[in-house]
Amino acid sequence: MLFKMAGISAGALVSIALMSSGALAQTIGFSQIGSESGWRAAETTVTRQEAEKRGIDLKFADAQQKQENQIKALRSFIAQGVDAILLAPVVATGWDSVLEEAKEAEIPVVLLDRMVDSSKDLYLTAVGSDLVHEGEVAGNWLVDTLAGKQCNVVELQGTTGSSPAIDRKTGFENAIKGHDNIKITRSQTGDFTRTKGKEVMESFLKAEGGGANICALYAHNDDMAVGAIQAIKEAGLKPGTDILVVSIDAVPDIFVAMAAGEANATVELTPNMAGPAFDALAAFMKDGTMPEKFIQTESKLYTQADDPKGEYERRKDLGY
Amino acid sequence: MNGAARFARRIAPQLAILAAILVLISIVFPGFFEVRIANGRLYGSPIDILNRGAPVALLAIGMTLVIATRGIDLSVGAVMAICGATAAWGSTEGYALPATLALSIAAGLACGLWNGFLVAVLRIQPIVATLILMVAGRGIAQLITEGAILTFNQEGLIFIGSGSILTVPTPVIIWMIAGLLFTLVVRWTALGMLIEAIGVNLRASTLAGVNSRVLLIAVYMASGLCASFAGIIAAADIRGADANNAGLWLELDAILAVVIGGTSLLGGRFSILASLIGALIIQAMNTGILLSGFPPEFNLIIKALIVLTILVLQSPATRTAAIFFRRQPGTDPADTRTVTP
Amino acid sequence: MAENPPLLRAEAVSKGFPGTIALDAVDFTLVAGEVHALLGENGAGKSTLIKCLTGAYRRDSGDVLLEGQLIHPRDPLDAQGLGIGTVYQEVNLLPNLTVAENLFLGHQPRRFGFVSQGRLKSQARETLSHYGLNIDVSRNLDTYSVAVQQIVAIARAVRLSGKVLILDEPTASLDAHEVQMLFEVIRTLKRRGLGIVFISHFLDQVFDVSDRITVLRNGRLVGTERVGDLDRMKLVNMMLGRELEQETRVTGRTDAPSGGPHLTFERFGRSGRMAPFDLAVRRGEVIGMAGLLGSGRTETAEAIFGVTPHDSGDARKDGERIDLKSPRDAVAAGFGFSPEDRKTDGIIGDLSIRENIVLALQARAGWSRPIPPRRQVELADQFIRRLDIRTSDAEKPVGLLSGGNQQKVMLARWLATNPTFLVLDEPTRGIDVGAHAEIIRLIEELCAQGMSLLVISSELDELVAYSHRVIVVRDRRHVAELAGAEITTDSIVKAIASHEAEQQA
Repeated sequence: MLFKMAGISAGALVSIALMSSGALAQTIGFSQIGSESGWRAAETTVTRQEAEKRGIDLKFADAQQKQENQIKALRSFIAQGVDAILLAPVVATGWDSVLEEAKEAEIPVVLLDRMVDSSKDLYLTAVGSDLVHEGEVAGNWLVDTLAGKQCNVVELQGTTGSSPAIDRKTGFENAIKGHDNIKITRSQTGDFTRTKGKEVMESFLKAEGGGANICALYAHNDDMAVGAIQAIKEAGLKPGTDILVVSIDAVPDIFVAMAAGEANATVELTPNMAGPAFDALAAFMKDGTMPEKFIQTESKLYTQADDPKGEYERRKDLGY
Repeated sequence: MNGAARFARRIAPQLAILAAILVLISIVFPGFFEVRIANGRLYGSPIDILNRGAPVALLAIGMTLVIATRGIDLSVGAVMAICGATAAWGSTEGYALPATLALSIAAGLACGLWNGFLVAVLRIQPIVATLILMVAGRGIAQLITEGAILTFNQEGLIFIGSGSILTVPTPVIIWMIAGLLFTLVVRWTALGMLIEAIGVNLRASTLAGVNSRVLLIAVYMASGLCASFAGIIAAADIRGADANNAGLWLELDAILAVVIGGTSLLGGRFSILASLIGALIIQAMNTGILLSGFPPEFNLIIKALIVLTILVLQSPATRTAAIFFRRQPGTDPADTRTVTP
Repeated sequence: MAENPPLLRAEAVSKGFPGTIALDAVDFTLVAGEVHALLGENGAGKSTLIKCLTGAYRRDSGDVLLEGQLIHPRDPLDAQGLGIGTVYQEVNLLPNLTVAENLFLGHQPRRFGFVSQGRLKSQARETLSHYGLNIDVSRNLDTYSVAVQQIVAIARAVRLSGKVLILDEPTASLDAHEVQMLFEVIRTLKRRGLGIVFISHFLDQVFDVSDRITVLRNGRLVGTERVGDLDRMKLVNMMLGRELEQETRVTGRTDAPSGGPHLTFERFGRSGRMAPFDLAVRRGEVIGMAGLLGSGRTETAEAIFGVTPHDSGDARKDGERIDLKSPRDAVAAGFGFSPEDRKTDGIIGDLSIRENIVLALQARAGWSRPIPPRRQVELADQFIRRLDIRTSDAEKPVGLLSGGNQQKVMLARWLATNPTFLVLDEPTRGIDVGAHAEIIRLIEELCAQGMSLLVISSELDELVAYSHRVIVVRDRRHVAELAGAEITTDSIVKAIASHEAEQQA
C-alpha cells in the first residue's frame, strides 16, 4: 500500500495530461515513450483517435524517453484504478515489479510496438509489427516487379546494429533468396536519416558508374529513401524509373514522392497499434477471451497504384 | 622568415594529411578523381567532399574562434537543428526567402548570444555553458517542427542546399566565402590578435584594457552565425528540417577539424584555413569510407584509426622525435663549435 | 671546503638554442660541504647551466662529472637518482596532500605491501626534526607557509638524492625571518657534507650564506671567487661588466614638482579590500608605496586601475570627474598598470614581443582600427632599443624571455600608450641587477618628462631613491605619508612597524 501512496504523489507530477474519468466510459491509461520521431507522434494521434471512436476515456502520459517516468505513470494509473493500461516501453528490462503491481490490481496491460523481457503472464498481449516480415514484403514486391529481369540492388541500412536494421535486412534477403537475377551490390548505413541517406546514395552513384549499374534501391526507412531520391535526381537520373525505389514505414512524404512517380513502393509500419489493442481488450473484458500473446499488425504494401495522393492527405495531419 | 613562408609552414602538415588521404582513397577507389559536368553542375567524388563537408567546415570556422579564446561550443549541432527548423518553419509559413533566412540567422545569433552571456557574464565554464543549449536546443527545434520532419518546397531555399552557381554547388560557395570573409575580418582588423590574447591570458588581456567580455560574446555569436548557415544548408539539402538528426554529433566533428587544423584547445594562436582543411580531411575520410564499399560495421573503426594516426603524427612527442631524427644525419652544430678553455 | 675533492664538475658545458648560445663552454666546480652561489643577470645562463646539470636540458657539448664519474642525466628524475636534487622557487610539491605524503610520495614506507600511515608519519616527523621543523605532518602541505613548504621540498630532495642540492631562488617569496630559518637548514646540510648550489638575486643573502661565488654573464663564465675575496662593488661589476653608478641618495627626492594636482582621489575605496583614502598626484611626481605583503598596496593599485572597481569616493583628472569602473576606463583616462604578478596578470606568454607591446594601444584604439603591421614593427623595435630588451627579434614569444626583459615589455606596452599616470606594482621583483638599475633609471626619466607614477615596492632603498612622497599602508589603510627629506629607509620601516607596537599594546 505504501507503494501506491508513493505512486499517487509521484504520478501526479508526470501525468499532467490526465483528466478525470467519465462516469460510465471505460478508462484506459496510455504510457507513451515520448515524441522522438514522426512515427511516434502519429502513433499517439492515432491512439487518441481510436479511443475517441470507441468512447474510451484515454489517460495519456508522455515519459520523455525515461523509464522512471513510465513506471511512475503506471503506478499512478494503478492507483486511479483504470480499466486497462497501454504501454509502449522505452526499454525492454526493469518492468517486472510494476507489472506485478498491475496484475495484483487486476488491471490488464497491453504492450504496444515494443516488447519487454518479463514473464509472459505479466501482460495480456503485445501488439506490434514483425520487422522481418516488413523486409520480406518489400523484397517480394521487387521479385514480382522484376519478373526475372537482372537487377543490382543498393541497400540503405538503418543504424548499424539496431534491431530494425538487422531484421529488415534479413527479411529482404529472405525474399530475394533463390532469385539469382537480384543481387545486392552495395550496402551501407544511412542512420535512418534523410541527410545520410542522400550522402550515402551519392557515393553509391559514384561507385556504380554514375548509377548506370544500379537498378533498384532498398531503404530500411522512407526518410533515407526521400534523401536518396534527391541524390538520384541531382545525378541526372529519374528515380522510380531509372532506379526503382522501395522502402518501409509509409510516412506521408514517401507518398508525395510516389505521387510524383519518384518512389515505387513502401511497406506500412502502421501507427495504429491501439486499434487491435482496444479490440483485444474489449473481447477480454466482455467474456474473458484470451488474445494471442503477440498480435501482429498488417505490413501493408502501397504502390503508385494505391492512390498515393489520397494516402498523403490521410496521413499528413497525424503528426508524422 | 616572412609572413607567406610562415603561413605555408603553418598549414603544410594539414595539406600533407589531406593529400595522403586523397591518394589513399584513389588507391581503394580508382575513379575517385573523375570530375565532370552533369546537369550544369560539377559532378564527382571530390565535389562531394567539398559539398558534404560544408556543414562541418562552417561550424569549424566559428569553433576555431571559440577555441582560440580557450572556450568550446558544444551547442553548434543543436543550433544547426534550431536554425534549420526556423528556416523550414518560415518557408512553410509563406515568408519570402530573405525573411526566412533573416529569421534563421537571427535564431543562430540569439543562441550565440545566450552562450556568450553564460560564458562571459556569468563566467560559467564554456563546456558546461554550451552543454545546456546542446541538450535543450534539440528540444527547442522539436517544438518548432512539432516533432516531425518539416518539409518545404520553396525553390529559393532549396537552391541554397542543392543548387549551383557557375557549376559549383551552392554550399561549397557559401563555406568558402564564409571562410574567406571571417579570415579577412579577423586578420585585417585587430580582432585576431585580441582573440588570441584573451585565449592565452584572459586576465592579463583584460588588465591591458582589452574588452574581453564583448569579445567573448562576439566569438560565441560568430559560432552561432556559422551554425545557422550550416543548419540552413543541412535543411535545404534534404528539403526539410529534421530536428532529431540535423547536425547530430557535428559539434564533435567541428572540434576535431579545429584540432586537426592545429589550433590548441588551450587557446591562443589559430588558423581558420587550417581548420577548414581539417574539415575537408574529416569529410574525405567519410566519403572515402562510403566509396570503399566496406561493410558499415567498419566505418567507425576505420575513421578512428585514421584520426588516431593523424593526432599521433601531430603530437608534440612525435614532432620532437622527428626533429631529432632529422638532425642525426647532418653534423650537429654544437659538435663543430670550438670550445674555448 | 675548497680543498675537498670536487663533488660535481662541469667542464666546458655548452648549450645553444635557435638564434642564441645560452651557455658557452662554462666550467663549474662544486665541492662537498660548501655553499656555492651562482650569480648573473637574467639571461646570463644560470638556469641553463642548472638545467644541463639536472638533465632538464641535454647539453650540446662538454662533460659533467659527479664524484669523478661522467654522467648523462636524461631528466631531473634521473639526476635525482644519481644524487642531484633540485628545489625551485615555486615549490613543486602537491599542495593538497599531507606533509608526510609529500615527503615520501613514491617511496612510502610499506608494510605487507600497504602504505603504513603510522610509520609514514613517524618517519616524516623524524626527518623534519633534523631541519628544526616541529609541525603536524598529517596536515595538508598548503596549510603551511611557503617557507615550511620550501623546507619540506628540501627535505624531500635531500632524502632522495643526498649529494648535491640545487636551490633555485628559494628565498624569493620569504620574509626575513623565514630566510634565516632556511639558512639554518642550509648550514646544517653543509655540515653534513652536501654540496649546495644557491641561486638568488639578493646579494645580502649571497654574502650571508655562501662560501664561493660563480658569476656568469651572457652565457660565459666570468669567474669563481671565495666570498672573503669579494666586496659588493666588485661582485656587481663582475655581474654587469661595467661600473654601476651607485645610487647614494639616502633621503627621498626634494625636487617635487610644484603646481596643482593632476589627479585627485577622494574618499576612494573598495569595501572589504581598501579603506577609503585621499590622494593627490602632481604631474611629474613619483609616489612610492610601502607596506608589507597583503597590507593593501596591490589593492590600492587595483582599485585605481578599475580591476576591482572602487565603491566609494571619486576620482578627478585635472578637475574633471573620471570613471574608473574597469581597466578600459582607466586606460581611456591615460592610466597604465604593470601588475605585480607578471606571469598571470601581465604578459601574454604565447604572443610575440611585438604583439605584447602593442596590445594596450590596440585595445584602446578598438578592434576595428588595427595598428598597421609596419607601425607595430616600428613601435616594437623602438622600445626594444629604448628599454634594451634582450631578444633576437621582436617576433619571439614573450614567454621565452627572462623576467627582467618581460618586465621591460610590460613597461613598453604602457609607454606605447603615452600614459599620463603609470602604476607600477613591484616593477623590480625577481629581476637581475642590471635590469633593476635600468628600470629605476627609467622611472626617473619618465617623471622628468612629466609623467606621474605610483610605484609599489618592497625594496625600501629603491623607494627612497626615486620617490617624492611615500605612502605607507597597513591593514588596508593608508597610515602615513612621508615627503622629501622625511623619506629614509628607517622612517619607512618605523611607519610600517609602528603597527606591530600598536597591536602589542
